[in-house]
Amino acid sequence: MKELFVILIGAIFVENFVLSKFLGICPFLGVSQKTSTALGMSGAVTFVLVISQAVTWLVNKFLLEPKELEYLQTIAFILTIAALVQFVETVLKKLIPSLYKALGVYLPLITTNCAVLGSALIFVERDYSFLEAVVFGFAAGIGFTLALLLFSGIRERLETADIPEAFKGMPITLISASLVSITFVGFAGLIIS
Amino acid sequence: MSILIPVAIISGLGLAFGLALSVSAKVFEVKVDERIAVVREMLPGANCGACGYTGCDGFAEAIVNEGVHASRCPVGGIAVVNSISDYMGVDEGSIDLNVARVLCQGNCDNVKIKYNYQGLDDCHTANALSSGMDACHYGCIGLGSCKKVCQFDAIIVENGLAYIDADKCTGCGKCVAECPKDIIALIPVLSGFTVKCNSHDKGAAARKNCNVGCISCQKCVKVCPVDAIHMDNFLAVIDPTKCINCGECAAVCPQHCITNTIVKNAKLKPNPAG
Repeated sequence: MKELFVILIGAIFVENFVLSKFLGICPFLGVSQKTSTALGMSGAVTFVLVISQAVTWLVNKFLLEPKELEYLQTIAFILTIAALVQFVETVLKKLIPSLYKALGVYLPLITTNCAVLGSALIFVERDYSFLEAVVFGFAAGIGFTLALLLFSGIRERLETADIPEAFKGMPITLISASLVSITFVGFAGLIIS
Repeated sequence: MSILIPVAIISGLGLAFGLALSVSAKVFEVKVDERIAVVREMLPGANCGACGYTGCDGFAEAIVNEGVHASRCPVGGIAVVNSISDYMGVDEGSIDLNVARVLCQGNCDNVKIKYNYQGLDDCHTANALSSGMDACHYGCIGLGSCKKVCQFDAIIVENGLAYIDADKCTGCGKCVAECPKDIIALIPVLSGFTVKCNSHDKGAAARKNCNVGCISCQKCVKVCPVDAIHMDNFLAVIDPTKCINCGECAAVCPQHCITNTIVKNAKLKPNPAG
């Protein structure tokens, strides 16, 4: 239990996927204009992360490792994640059309979200067990949600802020993103292993 | 031989996922009303949003599922409305065809210039500088912000004044929303006569600024046989619902700012060529 808790806290704060590992920057900047869309996107990412962690762990354990094919991890994981996202899309369209509409274009975009692939590659590197890998994926998703929510709040304020002409738009967004990222450095000493 | 194992594993993985996806596509198939696609094809596809829905896709869905009448689409004209109504089996219904008109004739020859503007090619920017470079505060700035938003190439800007080609204009209203001076108005196609001025200045001031502005002489108000013209803060306004297109007002206007713009609009014909 203690290990799982450490993984949970570690992935949310200490090695936050967006703000410390710089994975999934594209949606971080792309869909953080509004809190509502940011929530939708992070919900979808968390959802896919948890499922993909489980499936890629199985693929890795029972297909790649026995044949010593670890060098094929990246390509096999991408294949798995792409198929999963497609599957989730068809299922959502049928069962929960309202959620499907709300997620809209973000859902297929997750296929190429490097946070999903990154967390899959990290659990291999760290030799996580199945449960640990799934908890890690879930925590990564929560960390992603946290980063997106924090940042969308800031961006909504930036909309009305009096910003120097030269910094308007993307420049001020990137500067504030780096400042948010710096604050997460403060969590670095949280876990002493 | 050992090279075949990874090949087999990856292609097997791909095959398995492919099969699983095709099975799930069958299992979780969502029936889409095929009429939506047909209606979508009939719509003009401009995605302008004039109907109030999110583009033509949303409107097609609303027509089929919610029974919204096709006449909310001003772009395709009466022909499109009729063919969709035919297809859906509802009454043809009428369509209020509007056309956008620039209520100003103040080109560079007619209106005095306050200052020499050398900024961005954008009406909003010029408008921020003391309401633009024209002496008349109400008139067309002529930098073509309306032209940029027009999806149908209906607007040309010539000599500092925007002109709208009534045949190309679909009445979607994008330019109306864009113009910082609010001088573009949607007017029913069949209403031919409009006061092409937007100046609420008193007569003397209007005359000083512009050669073709309304000077609120009220001759048109007096001559109108159906009482369709009234004065709104020193500006004559024609009510298109009352106007009978007699042309008396245009004949008496000393400033020639009431013009006949009645058009043989292609959209009124049931079957436009091509």
